Amino acid sequence: MKKKGKIVIGVVVAVVIVLLLVGPLSVWNWVPTLKKPLVTYKVGALLSVTGPAAWLGTPERNTVRMIEEEINEAGGINGHPLEVIVEDTVGDATKTVTAAKKLISKDEVLAIVGPSRSGTTMAVIPIVEEAEIPLISCAAAEAIVVPVKRWVFKTPQKDSDAAIRIYEYMKEQGISKIAIITGTTGFGDQGRGQLKKFASEFDITIVVDETYGPEDTDMTAQLTKIKASEAEALVNWSIVAGQVIVAKNMRQLAMEIPLFQSHGFGNVKYAQTAGEAGEGIIFPCGRLLAVDTLAEDHPQKEVLTRYKEEYEAKYNEDVSTFGGHAWDALYLVIEALEEVGPDRGKIRDYIENKKGFVGTGGVFNFSPEDHNGLDKYAFEMLAVKDGKFVVAE
Amino acid sequence: MKKKNLIVLVILAGVTMAIPLGLGNSYYLNVLVFVGIHSLITIGLSLLMGYAGQISLGQAAFFGLGAYTSGILSTKFGVSPWLALLAAIFVTGGIAFLIGAPALKLKGHYLAMATLAFGYIVYIIFNQASSFTGGPSGFGQIPRFRLGNFLFKTDVHYYYLVWILVIVALLISLNITHSRVGRALRSIHAGELTANVMGVNTAKYKIQIFVLSAVYASVAGSLYAHFITFLNPSPFGFHFSIVLVTMVVVGGVASVWGAMIGAALLTILPEYLRAFQDYDILIYGSILLLIMVFLPKGLFVGIFDLVKKRKNRQ
Repeated sequence: MKKKGKIVIGVVVAVVIVLLLVGPLSVWNWVPTLKKPLVTYKVGALLSVTGPAAWLGTPERNTVRMIEEEINEAGGINGHPLEVIVEDTVGDATKTVTAAKKLISKDEVLAIVGPSRSGTTMAVIPIVEEAEIPLISCAAAEAIVVPVKRWVFKTPQKDSDAAIRIYEYMKEQGISKIAIITGTTGFGDQGRGQLKKFASEFDITIVVDETYGPEDTDMTAQLTKIKASEAEALVNWSIVAGQVIVAKNMRQLAMEIPLFQSHGFGNVKYAQTAGEAGEGIIFPCGRLLAVDTLAEDHPQKEVLTRYKEEYEAKYNEDVSTFGGHAWDALYLVIEALEEVGPDRGKIRDYIENKKGFVGTGGVFNFSPEDHNGLDKYAFEMLAVKDGKFVVAE
Repeated sequence: MKKKNLIVLVILAGVTMAIPLGLGNSYYLNVLVFVGIHSLITIGLSLLMGYAGQISLGQAAFFGLGAYTSGILSTKFGVSPWLALLAAIFVTGGIAFLIGAPALKLKGHYLAMATLAFGYIVYIIFNQASSFTGGPSGFGQIPRFRLGNFLFKTDVHYYYLVWILVIVALLISLNITHSRVGRALRSIHAGELTANVMGVNTAKYKIQIFVLSAVYASVAGSLYAHFITFLNPSPFGFHFSIVLVTMVVVGGVASVWGAMIGAALLTILPEYLRAFQDYDILIYGSILLLIMVFLPKGLFVGIFDLVKKRKNRQ
């Protein structure tokens, strides 16, 4: 009996080992197909599907998978099937670097979409510049494209434009003394820099400047200090949970001043999680989340409606602007592949000179001096009303 | 040093030096560079854990201190990367001494607690001292190593640089473990009181080995900084300290070879499992679990024991 048990365990272990060994070799590809399709176009995607920035990476991954499926069902790119190789970066710089090298030298992709986060994007820039491969980042920080790097583009709107739009709105409301609170991540840190840089231009004084860690679960200490100050409004600049916690803590402290968030708030889940405490939050954002309130003849109306409907039908969850950034990035690459074929240098040139590309983030006009291609009007000021996003009055 | 170890070391040196000849792919070499960098840290950590019986939960902080000291000196002050690496060794070693001196005089796992707190402090400093460290956004354009006119640029160059240093570190470590110091350390692991009674200055040896492990981590950090050429705080957090301890435990605590095997396994495995997409974490966890359940002494010792058992039975 005992021996039998051992044999069973042995067989199970052997089968598992064989499966583990064979799986990655993808023997399935060796099965000959009757009709040989044209060469597959491979595009890499570095997305933080798990880890602290999974709220960015998951909708991005879903989006690129959806596009891949659609393109292939419609017959591929000029007949070539599209393969998007998604690598999970876990939001970690070391892992992203390794994954980027895998995409470049093992998979030999034609272009890379992502990474999702600013810090990880900065880490892979030296690699893509050296390997001469176009990278279209889905991360926000302006430093990614300022100064311009030859092979690096990005689709999210600029930090500086977000800060400017917030300040413009504040001026209209007659706010001149503000407090800022930012997360100590690449995104929060860059935002803090932009807020401080443009404040004087709009005659706005930052009276309190506080930060918190990405994993902090309570900001009462910082907010108490802000409450005691003469700040007339608060700007929170971070991604993930901190955005909701600040709103909730403010409600607990009975703070009355308006709360502004950055474009990192662009997922309606945040507003839902914040619940009642989230009401009245104002933030700059792409038009995707307020597409219903957009005029019929707005140039982005068609793209936004299409993306929103397709995504929500397929995944049964609300769209977010983050998935939209991946949509813009991947469609830029697809369009370039359609026009110039599988040539890294030509893809780069095509994107650099692309004008009037209608995406979810805005209408992109790239140039050799501007690898982002969006201006401040790509942002709309949105407000949270009844757990939904509406255009702020 | 034992003859057996020397033979293994020579074979290892031969194999590692030959690998790039057959493996031109920059991705594989890049993974092996990280295996080397992680090995450097775990070799030091295994001396501390396996021989001196102390746990450090702040090894990522020493790794980070090495990386940041090296990176800042060479980027902002124009110091040559080699000198920056040396300076980092002194800074990190000095700090390790300052923490180790009081903590290691106490009995029990005070070093684990002290290093845990220390790791957090260092991580916060990396984030907050933005004028030097670039804050959470980090900083880039760190110069690469250079020998005369030769610039260490590609993965192959770094592969050789890192692995030569790993072999040097192994040589030093094997010498230590088979010397008077090594025997003294093992006596501490077996029973500190007994060691003291026998006239072994346990505190002194523990501090020495702790500083040495920090220095190894610092060298690894400098190599990392000049290889990636970009630094931000995220790779140097508490999580990575735990990963390092896991590497040592999975490989086998009481052996520097085990530490290397652990580093290799835990660095290569996630890359290999990429093919499983979303299930990679599940498989990764199961493999670690199986190793710990069936080979609690770690891979290195565990496999040896299994082989021995087989032989005895026959």
